[in-house]
Amino acid sequence: MNRDEASKKRVLMEARHLVKEFPVSSSKKKRAVVHAVSDVNLKLYEGETLALVGESGCGKSTLGRTLLRLVEPTSGEIWFDGENVTKKKEREFLPLRRQMQVIFQDPYASLNPRMSVKQIIEEPLVTHRVAKKKEELEQMVHERMTEVGIPLELEHRYPHQFSGGQRQRIGIARALALKPKLIVCDEPVSALDVSIQSQVLNLLKDLQEQYHLTYLFISHDLSVVRYIANRVCVMFLGKLCEIGDTKDLYEHPLHPYTHFLLEAIPKADPTLRSDKQLLMGEIPSPVNPPSGCRFHTRCPYASEVCRQKEPQMREVGERQVACHHPLL
Amino acid sequence: MKETREETRKEEKEREQSPHIPAMTLEIRHLKTQFFTAKGVVPAVDDVTIEIPRGKIIGVVGESGCGKSMTAMSVMQLVNRRGKIVDGSIRLEGRELLGLSAKEMRGIRGNDIAMIFQEPMTALNPVYTVGRQVREAILLHKNVSKAEAKERVLEIFRKVGIPEPEKRYNAYPHQLSGGLRQRVMIGMAMVCEPKLLIADEPTTALDVTIEAQILQLMKRLRDEHGTSILLITHNMGVVAEVCDYVYVMYAGQVMEEAETFELFQNTAHPYTQGLLRSIPQLNHGTERLYSIKGVVPNLLYLPKGCSFCTRCEYADARCQEERPNSYALGEEHRAKCFRCERGGSSSE
Repeated sequence: MNRDEASKKRVLMEARHLVKEFPVSSSKKKRAVVHAVSDVNLKLYEGETLALVGESGCGKSTLGRTLLRLVEPTSGEIWFDGENVTKKKEREFLPLRRQMQVIFQDPYASLNPRMSVKQIIEEPLVTHRVAKKKEELEQMVHERMTEVGIPLELEHRYPHQFSGGQRQRIGIARALALKPKLIVCDEPVSALDVSIQSQVLNLLKDLQEQYHLTYLFISHDLSVVRYIANRVCVMFLGKLCEIGDTKDLYEHPLHPYTHFLLEAIPKADPTLRSDKQLLMGEIPSPVNPPSGCRFHTRCPYASEVCRQKEPQMREVGERQVACHHPLL
Repeated sequence: MKETREETRKEEKEREQSPHIPAMTLEIRHLKTQFFTAKGVVPAVDDVTIEIPRGKIIGVVGESGCGKSMTAMSVMQLVNRRGKIVDGSIRLEGRELLGLSAKEMRGIRGNDIAMIFQEPMTALNPVYTVGRQVREAILLHKNVSKAEAKERVLEIFRKVGIPEPEKRYNAYPHQLSGGLRQRVMIGMAMVCEPKLLIADEPTTALDVTIEAQILQLMKRLRDEHGTSILLITHNMGVVAEVCDYVYVMYAGQVMEEAETFELFQNTAHPYTQGLLRSIPQLNHGTERLYSIKGVVPNLLYLPKGCSFCTRCEYADARCQEERPNSYALGEEHRAKCFRCERGGSSSE
């Protein structure tokens, strides 16, 4: 999807200057905060899959949850379907919750062990009073189970009786139950084996086509993202580094961080072995992020300006990058 | 690349000729580890033969439950009470390990064979400083003073790339990042200069940029210290990056084994082919992903024939009835599939 097409597309969700800080209690500094998400501007178009990638602790999951208001933002605005939903009261927000659902990483922890599959998938339908009759409810549950490939005769089983892949399918069925517009997929396949991972990824793609779903796909696995996403957004320490069309971004990363991330992935082809340049050091603390560009402590191209001044997100062709020295 | 491979072969031959250091660090032959449960006998490791030559990184790859970790635990003889090594032989530089007393095994663990685990946070003791924990390993196995042991710890910390080792010596595990903790674990494993390092999913819990650093460190240990490494992983990418030779396991058995380049170029076993095709590749697009149909069979109810026959697209009547042997496809390539019976390549 190029930018012209994108501008024709409707914006489903938008973050404007979104900030999320978590207070940390420490004896020395009483007001220390973790800068989990800092001044993020992001548009999510209807029907696309936007991937949020980055290393652990970069704030990608927090951003996903803040957009759904599962955690409340510190400042900034969230727009959904042309409406500012940041300050909506829970009762007003409830109807919108039907439109946005979430799939979590760990299919072992995100399903209630004391509920059967049927109860799990039924719960959102009951909460939002979707079905009027019992038969209707049952039919809806069965439809979802068929869609995700869980045999109907297993409806009275409990999560522990299923394998990881099947549990993730149950999680997907639950997210689908209300026919939402947006699903935030938070590392949905990270806990699965490769052969099962590909089954679940294919399922997610099929469902997207069928229901015209919009996915915010949060992942640290860049090869999975390459397969599923239309656009990719790279995050580092609470800031967006780069946003772009998947193919462009993978072929010509503009931000040095994107470049090193791609470089670091072990490739399943021994002929591609090389003495690649590795990114040294570790991720700085989000309590005390470095001055200027937050990546400068690890960046080999860093100069004086990177230490002083924070780079703003700017447009380079059809892409956006926040770097003083993009790799052009 | 070819030249370097020939060079290493030459070096290998020289090593073989030197009488003091055996060319083979570890030989696992026909190992069978079984678990005796209320429902029946689970063949967790079923007739596995693995050889680890000196100064090589040998990969064992497979999905969860394929028996790769259990093979490593059998080598360490850390199989829990319900499980038992029922048959086979494990030789460390020619010395049989099965049948050694618990005390003799304690002398080998940590000293001759060291192991690192997936999650460094659970493998380290949270109430002791990391320096003290690594020092303990030396004091246990080597006859040195505490001060000397500390010196060695600092030295190994420097070697595995821990910045400011003096400061880190007094740090507790929770004060270190995941990457640094894994470096401490590797340091602890390497501090007694073991003959064999077993690494069970050492990078799975780490971010890609840190994973790349740790893999580079393991290659350095192999090249500079001649350490033999058994690397257990589910990640075909990690295998391709660092391993010299690979064993592919499925349902407790080795399905295919080959020199790394050979395995990726002339993949023979349908399971290995399926695994490689399921991985989303970075360099090509977004066409549908291949997926192996079905799920890993329950080890209690394995099919009578080939254990992969329930998921294999080439399976025929014979596959369901008879177990294939391991057939040689070349000097450094074997596969357990009837399609390889005549030694031919099985690609269409």
